[in-house]
Amino acid sequence: MSSLFGSSSSGVPSPPDMATRKEALMNAVRSENALANAQELMNKTNEKCYAKCVTKPSTSLSGSEETCLSRCMDRYMEAFNIVSRSYIARISRERLERPSD
Amino acid sequence: MADNMKFDESTQKELAKFVETEQAQARLHSTIHMMTGMCWDKCVTGTPSTRFSRSEESCLANCVDRFLDTSLFMVKKIEEQRSQLA
Repeated sequence: MSSLFGSSSSGVPSPPDMATRKEALMNAVRSENALANAQELMNKTNEKCYAKCVTKPSTSLSGSEETCLSRCMDRYMEAFNIVSRSYIARISRERLERPSD
Repeated sequence: MADNMKFDESTQKELAKFVETEQAQARLHSTIHMMTGMCWDKCVTGTPSTRFSRSEESCLANCVDRFLDTSLFMVKKIEEQRSQLA
């Protein structure tokens, strides 16, 4: 296998080791990205649903506020999915029409 | 970085390409987050219920397309005005 990449001279890591480090790096970037996306979704959901459901903050969350919050959370995620579906559909449609950009 | 920790040239190229696609993905996500927030405020006016009404659902989908149309329209208008000045 290593002959495919040429013999490793001194100082250059052997291919399997480098491949491992490359995979580790890529996975770190992927999970960082996924985490940032999830955090953004959480923050937005929190902000939008607080605005919608907790209109007059009292000493604790009421039962109806909690019901509203949990429905709101589901709806916000659904809205996120609808928006991403339409956006991606639009983008790919425009790519097809103008393949140059 | 120590010399023996460096990636070879082809791996560096591959990683650069990978990072570029991940960044594009991140930009796509942030655009979708921005539009979800905007369209949520525009389309979901009542108290959230157990499911979206038909009109809320189509409003959300239309909201994205009309926002993009608006942006194209604005660009067209600006270009028209610029060509009139010239």
